Amino acid sequence: MRYFVRKVGMFFVTIWAAVTLNFVVPRLMPGSPVQATLMRLAASGQVVTNATKRAIEIQLGLPHTSLLIQYGDYLLNIFRFRFGMTYSITDESVSRAIMAAAPWTLVLVGTTTVLAFLVGTMLGVYAGWKRQSRVDSIVTVGSTVFSAFPPFFLGLLLLYFMGFKYHWLPLTGGYTPGLTPSLSLSFLGNAFIHSILPAITLIITSLAGWVLGMRNNMINTLGEDYVLFGEANGLRDKTIAFLYVARNALLPNVTSFGLALGSVIGGSVLVESIFGYPGVGSLLLTAVNNRDYPLMQTIFLMITVSMLVTIFVADLLYGLLDPRVRQ
Amino acid sequence: MPILEIEGLNVCYRPERGVRISAVRDLDISLERGEFVGIVGESGSGKSTLGFAITRMLRPPAVIESGAVKFKGTNILELTGSELRNQRRGGLALVLQSGMNALNPVRSISKQLGDVLKAHSQKGEHWGRSEVRARGGELLSMVELDSEVLDRYPHELSGGMRQRVAIALALSLEPELVVFDEPTTALDVIVQASVMETIKSLQRSRGFTAILISHDMSVVLDATDRTLVMYAGRVVEDQPSKTVASAGIHHPYTEALMKCYADPRADKVELQDIGGTPPDLSIEVAGCSFAPRCSFASKVCFLETPSLVRSELIQVACHVRLPVSPMAKEVKVVRN
Repeated sequence: MRYFVRKVGMFFVTIWAAVTLNFVVPRLMPGSPVQATLMRLAASGQVVTNATKRAIEIQLGLPHTSLLIQYGDYLLNIFRFRFGMTYSITDESVSRAIMAAAPWTLVLVGTTTVLAFLVGTMLGVYAGWKRQSRVDSIVTVGSTVFSAFPPFFLGLLLLYFMGFKYHWLPLTGGYTPGLTPSLSLSFLGNAFIHSILPAITLIITSLAGWVLGMRNNMINTLGEDYVLFGEANGLRDKTIAFLYVARNALLPNVTSFGLALGSVIGGSVLVESIFGYPGVGSLLLTAVNNRDYPLMQTIFLMITVSMLVTIFVADLLYGLLDPRVRQ
Repeated sequence: MPILEIEGLNVCYRPERGVRISAVRDLDISLERGEFVGIVGESGSGKSTLGFAITRMLRPPAVIESGAVKFKGTNILELTGSELRNQRRGGLALVLQSGMNALNPVRSISKQLGDVLKAHSQKGEHWGRSEVRARGGELLSMVELDSEVLDRYPHELSGGMRQRVAIALALSLEPELVVFDEPTTALDVIVQASVMETIKSLQRSRGFTAILISHDMSVVLDATDRTLVMYAGRVVEDQPSKTVASAGIHHPYTEALMKCYADPRADKVELQDIGGTPPDLSIEVAGCSFAPRCSFASKVCFLETPSLVRSELIQVACHVRLPVSPMAKEVKVVRN
């Protein structure tokens, strides 16, 4: 119990620190947006007066209050999910832009991360248990080869053959243009077909890490005395493989899985932009291209917070899986 | 009929790269039911390899090259996977050197005991939670532990407690032969003594045959009925533990080993190390493996490998102490 209380406390302290840093760091930077705009105006030969300065201040909504009040407003706005307006899309708030993109990413990247972890771990368990067998060689060499493919290269290859040459699957987008996103079966089917290529790319390129990591852990754990002792006591092969070896070999991978899940919300910039997928990764790319600071900052904040949340959950889960860290 | 007969056993380590090492050489041992036998020797003498070979627990690169290990008449080296697994119940058990790590860190003691019992449950047996707990309480009290240990995880137990739990797990299947491979080496002297007491009294009360493998001569002599001294993969001496420490016929290596241990109660302690280096097990040399370190070695010792020679209750493999080889006798005569 104390383990959980301490973890929860630590979690809130870290979240607060991350949110506060997000507030402090931009304000520590020399200069201000107003000055930058004035400089640009002056450089282009326009006359800059005090009135121009005030006009820009009002336009950008520059606060005139003390830092403490700004900080209070900032926290309050975060709680209300108010992050200002985005420059990339006309008349759209940052929250709405992200809310529109997030489900796409969560479903695509979330599902593929979980799938890659599950499949990779199972393959790793099998390869490690049957080490030096033919299946082990195929799994190990195969996943190493595929992990050596950069995701964008694999994505382009898939697009070229499956989409461009043979027209088996759509070339771009999250759904056929013209359709209105809804939860109807026909729309979901359409979205599913569009997600096949990006999903394959994501799974194949991240699978190897799980396979190789799990296989190595398995082989290390196989050398442990409790495995030998289990065999000496005539335990069933399945009991040894799963409850004695895999169960212990899984522990380091749980932490890695937490980290992988935490980065899901940030999307996969490369894969999403190759496939024109309407997720957070594409949104982030748009934001960077348009110097859309409110959008960028909010996405980064979101990545940080979700990272912290999943690490926290993975930590709690770790406590359930490993009695040694509970104290 | 002896419970265990080892005939012409040869075990070697064959790594993928590197040299082949023969760890156990042409070994013959016979154990009677209920005997408590100690095997002593320095590191690399092949004693642990032998213990693992007896329980069929050797893993690559270890290879059994030839010989037979007959347990109650069946050569266990010929058993297949499931036959071997069945042999674990009422058969052979092994208690490992590092009992500290012999327990699965993420399973409670009762779960681990349940794993063992369920793996060997026979028709009509059901190991539910309460049955496992009842049997667990019995087993733990046997090794002088409280039954509340059942709910603990290994990391919550001390080293001595863990080794006791490991012994309880090994005995849960009522084995007839238990190999204890350095069961107390990882423990401090006081805990070591109490764990050894438990092993001794269990062996006496339950009547299983036991093999105690240790590098510690005093532990072996104190606990066992019969002592085998191993050197370079061979048994060089085999005699009742009572007489190992006394004067009489001994292999020079045993004598040297005895000088390595001191009686803490003695007024004056004289310790002597064994000169020279342990033998290189990767090369086959003719003659006695101990000859290069032996101060009594004569010419024959370098030419002919001595075999165990019986003289009443003792067996010693030494050309000098129990000469049988015609060549050794010749040497004796010439010397006289």
